[in-house]
Amino acid sequence: MTIGIQTAAYLFASILFILSLGSLSSQESAKRGVFYGIIGMAIAILATVLGEGVAGQVYIIAAIAIASVIGLMLARKVEMTSMPQLVAILHSFVGLAAVLVGFGSYLDPKTQSLQGAAHTIHLVEVYIGIFIGAITFTGSIIAWGKLEGKIGSKALLYPGRHAVNVALLLVCVVLGVLFAMAHGTDGLIHLYIMTAISSFIGVMLVMAIGGGDMPVVVSMLNSYSGWAASAAGFMLGNDLLIVTGALVGSSGAILSIHMCHAMNRSFFSVILGGFGNAPKGEAKAIEGEVTALNHEEVSALLKEAKSVVIVPGYGMAVAKAQYPIYDMVQTLRKAGKNVRFAIHPVAGRLPGHMNVLLAEANVPYDIVLEMDEINEDMPSTDVVMVIGANDVVNPSAQDDPASSIYGMPVIEVWKAEKVIIMKRSMSAGYSGEDNPLFYKPNSEMLYGDAKVSVEKLLGFLKS
Amino acid sequence: MMKVGIPSEISPNELRVAATPKTVKRLQKQGFEVYIQHNAGVKANFSDKEFEEAGAKIVQTAADIYGKSDIVLKVKEPSMEEVDMMKEGLVMLSYLWPAQNQDLLKKLADKKVNAVAMDAIPRISRAQKMDVLSSMANIAGYRAVIEGSFHFGRFLNGQITAAGKVEPAKVLVIGAGVAGLAAIGAANSLGAIVRAFDTRKEVAEQIESMGAQFLTVEINEDGATSSGYSKEMSKEFIEAEMKLFSEQAKEVDIVITTAQIPGRPAPKLWMDYHVAAMKPGSVIVDLAASTGGNCALTKNGEVYTTDNGVTMVGKLSQLPSQASQLYGNNLCHLLDDMGKAEKWKIDMEDAVVSRAMVTYNGKVNWPPAPLPVSPIAGGKVKVVPPTAEEVKASDAEKSKKESTSMIITLGVVGALLFLVGRTAPPEFIQHFTVFILAVFVGWQLITNVSHSLHTPLMAVTNAISGIIVIGGLLQTTNDITNPVTVIAVIAILVASINIVGGFVVTHRMLKMFKK
Repeated sequence: MTIGIQTAAYLFASILFILSLGSLSSQESAKRGVFYGIIGMAIAILATVLGEGVAGQVYIIAAIAIASVIGLMLARKVEMTSMPQLVAILHSFVGLAAVLVGFGSYLDPKTQSLQGAAHTIHLVEVYIGIFIGAITFTGSIIAWGKLEGKIGSKALLYPGRHAVNVALLLVCVVLGVLFAMAHGTDGLIHLYIMTAISSFIGVMLVMAIGGGDMPVVVSMLNSYSGWAASAAGFMLGNDLLIVTGALVGSSGAILSIHMCHAMNRSFFSVILGGFGNAPKGEAKAIEGEVTALNHEEVSALLKEAKSVVIVPGYGMAVAKAQYPIYDMVQTLRKAGKNVRFAIHPVAGRLPGHMNVLLAEANVPYDIVLEMDEINEDMPSTDVVMVIGANDVVNPSAQDDPASSIYGMPVIEVWKAEKVIIMKRSMSAGYSGEDNPLFYKPNSEMLYGDAKVSVEKLLGFLKS
Repeated sequence: MMKVGIPSEISPNELRVAATPKTVKRLQKQGFEVYIQHNAGVKANFSDKEFEEAGAKIVQTAADIYGKSDIVLKVKEPSMEEVDMMKEGLVMLSYLWPAQNQDLLKKLADKKVNAVAMDAIPRISRAQKMDVLSSMANIAGYRAVIEGSFHFGRFLNGQITAAGKVEPAKVLVIGAGVAGLAAIGAANSLGAIVRAFDTRKEVAEQIESMGAQFLTVEINEDGATSSGYSKEMSKEFIEAEMKLFSEQAKEVDIVITTAQIPGRPAPKLWMDYHVAAMKPGSVIVDLAASTGGNCALTKNGEVYTTDNGVTMVGKLSQLPSQASQLYGNNLCHLLDDMGKAEKWKIDMEDAVVSRAMVTYNGKVNWPPAPLPVSPIAGGKVKVVPPTAEEVKASDAEKSKKESTSMIITLGVVGALLFLVGRTAPPEFIQHFTVFILAVFVGWQLITNVSHSLHTPLMAVTNAISGIIVIGGLLQTTNDITNPVTVIAVIAILVASINIVGGFVVTHRMLKMFKK
């Protein structure tokens, strides 16, 4: 295959990737988007393997074959509720690959022959590529650990961590200068130290971010993995890598920014781990008493209600309650009640997590509303059912400046006539904040596993 | 002293008059001298004697009114002949329907008449007291129920009498604007069971507050717009709406339709098959008859009975005496706002006057400037929609500011790029170009993704970022003992897991999305 044909194939693959991302902006065209992506990837790989200067096809084919089996198994097996973990761990693979490609490129005899500015630029590219790759790698592993529950979700903060991070960054810069001046492969030692440091930075970066911000972190790591791929493209002089990496990197970045806007949070304070600490004064004392109802009483309330709003959260995902919930919704709708879902932009552990789960249960998406669409209807709503959500319905976000989630837009469930909170216990939400909602006079708790509870309610409603 | 003149309405169908004895007294209190044409109020049951007793002077001809007054109060838009009689500088208040009557506006402007279109008063809170559309719609809604009930051969309320039980009548009101709400109120107080439909969800509360049941379709789409009028709905919505009407047609006894869009034919909402499905003796009152009718079978200005015994009412009495009184009050309120006789001023800075004054100093002043409020959250207030030209003007100003800051940014970026270009080798610049352009494309692509698709989007970008596999592919050699090859093969392995896993999982997710 000539360079010309290969370049053309790369161009075609780039176009397909752009179409793929573009198609995912609407429900109708999203499935096509995946198709574009797969074709683009196949063309890119084929054009590279069949191109000049590629050897060791046996190993390549073997590696891809093994990887395909593993990838298929992973993707087939995973539960929709643990989707966030899977996405996080997949990001770490890209990070790892970027680090490996960086080392490979440094050791590659072909690049050793470069001279002057070209050589220096290549070294800088290798250095940056490995730096970003290592952060993505370890950061994603930590994110996976937090989502999987293997690592505590609370933000790990130690005094002076910003100073330490800055110092580490400076060390990396100095190492980089030494690395660029080294001859032959003498710079390898600098590269190792820098990899260790950046791996550490990756760990600390994500450790410092509280659980409530996990969706942003996953999206941000997604962006990093793109930049890492782009850096690899620079060091190898490969335009397809540069383009695709940049597409992923910038789209991931804007997605993260969108999400930060949705939470009324500064993008930088989230990625630097500024969230989840620094209370501004005394926490507001919570007044009132927590009262609870049983399933029969709740079903009676639902029977009387005209308008019901369901606010699902991570608890619904954990209990896999989406199927019985939709059953219940259908029963209520048949009885002529206006039943809708209200989704907070950051409910769950991934952006759009709740939408995916509800879609899995066949809930039509026109009764699934976003926070902004539903908030104004809250005062005219008879019953709100909060199922496994906590921080996204916390009134402290509006009235308690001492709260760590102060200023975050929330679903104003307390304005409804009656709020039913389905919960396993009185524990705090992912952000670790207590929730005054539970103490409001119009709030009633319904304790128990979400799925079991909803099934019981359904029994009462149908009888 | 400023003179206010009231001519007779020359159209035979126009029964109203622009002043009543009560408003004449009020005008005098405002400091005006009032002249009224002989027999102007006869059709609305106001005699010359009553006007004279109220203090007005009777004038014989219209020419006298138009030639001598400073301000003329009228109901219907003037004919070309009437405009010919007007003197320069005259202020005329009447209905004008400026959107449809461009020629008339031009003629008025040529005559240097300052014409106020009462139908163009902006529908904001402050101007509600002068809003003739509201006051007239209120009458029409009430009258629709009265006439509907007249043609309907039964009680509206349910009764249990010695002679037997009477079922209450069921009334369906379509469109809950001022007329619709007035109709709901009137029907409700006569004891009927009232249901109402509107595409705007925000009016549900108002409907229920007037005592009707709000009917809705299973499709979640809101027809509300910032103009206060409803937008055109999707095909699915209209289908669901038609289905709902078909069900209602079998049950209801009186249908009152009130859906109108200013400057356009009324939407067809009640089809022939709906009429066919109705019980004999049922009544349809179409308040939109004059603009084509909401019902497919309406004949404007006629009352007739269809083959299956449904009475179609396409004509309503205007309740001329009541309507004249309210209309006259609206006019007085506007004159109040304009400073009465003493401090009389045409203030073109005023939000209401500047929009209703459709010709001023020889120029046509239509369409009006947009109002800087969007009261949709408040629900009840209505606004005149901005026209294309005005939107353009305000956009132009904004873009001017933006372009200044853009030029500065571009300058800085240009300088930086110049530095890069001076030092870096050409090959790097080439890659850099591609890189920057790709960043822009990625940025633009993602700007409009809905929240629900964020997870699939992230999964697919994740799969695509597996493109790093190319790096491994390029580094592999035939020698597996070469450390570079080992590293490359591992890179290929992990990157490929990511690619396959990412695409499969995205596909799984998207398969579940459905409407």
